[in-house]
Amino acid sequence: MLETVWFILITVLFIGFFFLEGFDFGVGMLMPFLGKTDTDRRVVINTIGPFWDGNEVWLITAGGAMFAAFPNWYATLFSGFYMALFLMLLALIGRGVAFEFRSKLENKRWRALWDWIICIGSMLPPLLWGVALANLMRGVPIDENMNYVGSFWDLLSPYSITAGLSMVLLFLLHGALFLTLKTEDVLRERARGVAKRIGAWTSAVLMLFVVLSYFETDMFASQGINPGLIPVLAGMALLSVHFFIKAGRDGWAFIMTGATIILSTITVFMLLFPNVMISSLNPEWSLTIHNASSNAYTLKVMTIVAVTVLPFVLAYQAWTYWVFRKRVTANDHLDY
Amino acid sequence: MEAVELARLQFGITTIYHFLFVPLSIGLAYLIAFMQTMYVIRDDEKYKRMTKFWGKIFLLNFAVGVVTGIMQEFQFGMNWADFSRYVGAVFGGPLAVEALVSFFLESTFLGIWIFGWDRLSKKLHLACIWLVAIAATLSALWILSANAFMQEPVGYEVVNGRAEMTDFFALLGNKQLWVEFPHVIFGAFATGAFFVAGISAYKLLRKQQTEMFRASFNIAIIVALVSSLLTAFAGHDQAQHLMTSQPMKMAASEGLWHTTGESAPWTVIASIDPDNRENGFQIEVPYLLSVLSYNKLTGSVPGMLELQAQYEAEYGPGNYIPPVRTTFWSFRVMLAAGMTMILLGMIGTYKVIRGRVEGSLHYLKWMLPAISLPFIANTAGWIMTEVGRQPWVVFGLQRTEQGVSPLVSSGMVATTLIGFTVVYGLIAAAFIYLVVHTVRQGAEVETSHHHTKSGQQDRGTAAML
Repeated sequence: MLETVWFILITVLFIGFFFLEGFDFGVGMLMPFLGKTDTDRRVVINTIGPFWDGNEVWLITAGGAMFAAFPNWYATLFSGFYMALFLMLLALIGRGVAFEFRSKLENKRWRALWDWIICIGSMLPPLLWGVALANLMRGVPIDENMNYVGSFWDLLSPYSITAGLSMVLLFLLHGALFLTLKTEDVLRERARGVAKRIGAWTSAVLMLFVVLSYFETDMFASQGINPGLIPVLAGMALLSVHFFIKAGRDGWAFIMTGATIILSTITVFMLLFPNVMISSLNPEWSLTIHNASSNAYTLKVMTIVAVTVLPFVLAYQAWTYWVFRKRVTANDHLDY
Repeated sequence: MEAVELARLQFGITTIYHFLFVPLSIGLAYLIAFMQTMYVIRDDEKYKRMTKFWGKIFLLNFAVGVVTGIMQEFQFGMNWADFSRYVGAVFGGPLAVEALVSFFLESTFLGIWIFGWDRLSKKLHLACIWLVAIAATLSALWILSANAFMQEPVGYEVVNGRAEMTDFFALLGNKQLWVEFPHVIFGAFATGAFFVAGISAYKLLRKQQTEMFRASFNIAIIVALVSSLLTAFAGHDQAQHLMTSQPMKMAASEGLWHTTGESAPWTVIASIDPDNRENGFQIEVPYLLSVLSYNKLTGSVPGMLELQAQYEAEYGPGNYIPPVRTTFWSFRVMLAAGMTMILLGMIGTYKVIRGRVEGSLHYLKWMLPAISLPFIANTAGWIMTEVGRQPWVVFGLQRTEQGVSPLVSSGMVATTLIGFTVVYGLIAAAFIYLVVHTVRQGAEVETSHHHTKSGQQDRGTAAML
């Protein structure tokens, strides 16, 4: 019972991470392209300035929660997807300091360097998380001792790369739409233009991923041809984005990419349940919420803490967005 | 090198690096919160300038601390999978709670503080930096409760070949935690205080913005003295606790091979020969180790060889003596740095009281390099406590070589070790460059309270973003 609660809580933490950091990854990727001048770039960065660090804590909490609630999942995933995590860490490290370092010197090259680190550092994590999730769904070589016996290259396949690309595109779209809500005039138009251009591509690649999933995972066996309500809603939300952008309803468009992210994440974790890591070698060797979890007492304590604290986190993070609800413009005090 | 040695090296490098930034963040957070409180109470622009100037350096430092912290949380799973499986049900708890309770608070309110100068009322904005400081301290408490479990496991039971949590409050009430936490936190205050004092001394020496840096120095040097003294007292408590919890670490940090007689002398320095398990020459102060261990002139302190025999009987055959030289010398380096800090704090406080700081050119000159002392002491202290616990990763429960990821090859660990070291090195270089740049630039002189003309945007101020 508590294992299921923690599976759901970890899903919630990943939803928080993908939804929130999703748009700041998108903004980071778009920044060098949308920002033609230094002032533009600062405006773009400042749209996520107060938020990105708090957004990233969702990932750190998800990691900590996996460690505490499912130590075997944490150990197998992190030691197994070793090089992928290494690259993701480098990306997050570079990106994090870049936000802080870039504007401290006037030098153009200095700023260009950190801007590209922000861009690449924002692109790699969604790419790698997409690859990771596809592999979680498909299964990876895990031996009877719960250890991953494959290599980094085993994680890369047309299927997993499609998943990575769809995540990158989805976050790009999500970020572009966030910018339409947080900027004005030219920047807003540019962001809208990007959203229009990549909207169709995002839908196409994500659809390809869904189709491939029928072949690559046991989705067909477990779900049949009808994937159920949630993934269908995810697809519909994504398709509606295009119409909302055309109608000039940026807010609704952003809500719809958000809905796509939330519903897709739920879909992935639902398909996985009750497994947490599927062994492609022998189904007996898969990690499940039962054989990967902590003892009941630990789960109970952690549940009390999480259920008490998470509402406050949501409340004060929501308050942050309220405090900084105004659009960022070149006339603002951009440097701090 | 084997994977386990590389993984240890990686943990050592990344953790020491991370912990250069963490104590400075904690120490600076409180100093800045205090400065901003003075600004809000007295409405004196000087304090606002101070808050903003030290705030800039604080943010640079905080950023590096945060990003290297993500690595800390992930590397348990990456390099230490079997450790994670074995103790995850206990050790993972505090880490998860840290993220939930502290890190969310810290990161979110820091974001608001940075960007909220013009958006929030003065008092609400002040509350944000206090929340950051308190959350950072709580963060340290949770992380140290996890570390305290490794030093002195409590609140658990070994079931089906792994440790399972049985009492969360025992983890929080761990005696080891409550000797360790004050020592680390006061050390962090001292780190921030020596940093502010050192840079202020440099600026006073150059007679730049003397009003602001004089005030900064005065606040910092008093905090430096008080927190250095408190760190020493807390360290004394911790050493006494070590006598009962990890006597082997104590013996190794004293280079003590044989159990002493009724009164134990303290070894100042010694030439240690771990191969023959004896010391060459050594300088001793009679009675002092008894005094340090038990607060009295008598009291025998057990030696490594006797403890080795005892542990063999308890845990089976094996070498239970940690690397003695490292443990012994890192302890002394920490002590020497700490004593120097107390001395400099006393001299500085005396000069402040007598109003002679700016005339004391020699003293001011020494305060800049003295910034390094708390960093040296922090690092040496952690080396002593972590190396001194070897061969255990969790004392009495799991040996370090048992905790490593079994199928992560040494080539993979070497790759990430090199990768992280190079990237950390580059970040350190950029960080130092920016701090020096910020210090040279000095505090921003604001002519008007509000920043309205767009033409001024790129001028002067060191930009946050």
